Amino acid sequence: MSFRRFAPVAVLVLTVTATGVLLASGPEDPERRGVAPRTVNPTWRTECGACHVAYPPALLPARSWEKLMSGLADHFGEDASLDAATAREIAAYLVRESGDRGAGRAGRKAARAVAPGETPLRITGTRWFRHEHDEIAPGVWRRAAIGSAANCGACHEGAAEGDFSERRVAVPREDRTAAHAAGSQ
Amino acid sequence: MRRVLAVLLCAAAPAALAGAPADLLRDYEAQARRGDPGFAGASPARGAELYRRSGIASAGPEAGCASCHSPDPRWPGRHGRTGKPIAPLAPAANPERLADPAQAEKWFRRNCRDVLARECTAQEKADFVRFLIEAK
Repeated sequence: MSFRRFAPVAVLVLTVTATGVLLASGPEDPERRGVAPRTVNPTWRTECGACHVAYPPALLPARSWEKLMSGLADHFGEDASLDAATAREIAAYLVRESGDRGAGRAGRKAARAVAPGETPLRITGTRWFRHEHDEIAPGVWRRAAIGSAANCGACHEGAAEGDFSERRVAVPREDRTAAHAAGSQ
Repeated sequence: MRRVLAVLLCAAAPAALAGAPADLLRDYEAQARRGDPGFAGASPARGAELYRRSGIASAGPEAGCASCHSPDPRWPGRHGRTGKPIAPLAPAANPERLADPAQAEKWFRRNCRDVLARECTAQEKADFVRFLIEAK
């Protein structure tokens, strides 16, 4: 129980804690933050992240999120309904961090690509998304390990944490995906 | 002595969690009995049949529980559209399942509407929960 015995553990714990605090509360750096939100709402991450990556709020304008959150009982053909209080909390967060309200530079660029009269509900249908992915051949999206453009995490390793930087992109190859598909059946 | 108490408390915690699916089953059985006094208790066989049944609604005619949750509830599944991995449904394979009644209700509401175009009855939920608890 001596201090000496526990000192290395204490130092490790303090270092990890301090790093976590710095990462969580570091000053906003719009150049480096990409499309990641300024703050993370745990309800948003858990509820939206239950069926797909919790898509970055910056990738749609506020009006899109409002429309989407008012129609959760038919969410792209699926029932994604929530109790009213949870839906209100998530909608408020999405609007606050949306492309035309809370986004950094990368998110504002995505929002500017949406015409004023449009209220897109699919991020993958926006001009910004198509431009960012214009080098991806149509067949790539259909690979078994990807399935659809909605599956960000198939290629963007940091998608769950909101990191879509180029250096963390790894597009699964066809052979690996065929093996994966066979293994998962 | 304090250490012994701490160890005992840690050992008791998983036991308390393991009781949650059984509590949920009791709740659904009680609800089913209120609707039908002749209800003779949850049937894992009927639950299995529900799990394997194909749907009729928005998720597509071929979609049922098994199409996203895999043919065996002890196995991990994959969301049909988004490709997101889904942790196993059976509590034996995933202790978080059936531990929170609000979560269970939310997913019954959503998935029954998607697959059957209606909400599930208390009896169906009881059958389904018993089937999942007994998948070991």
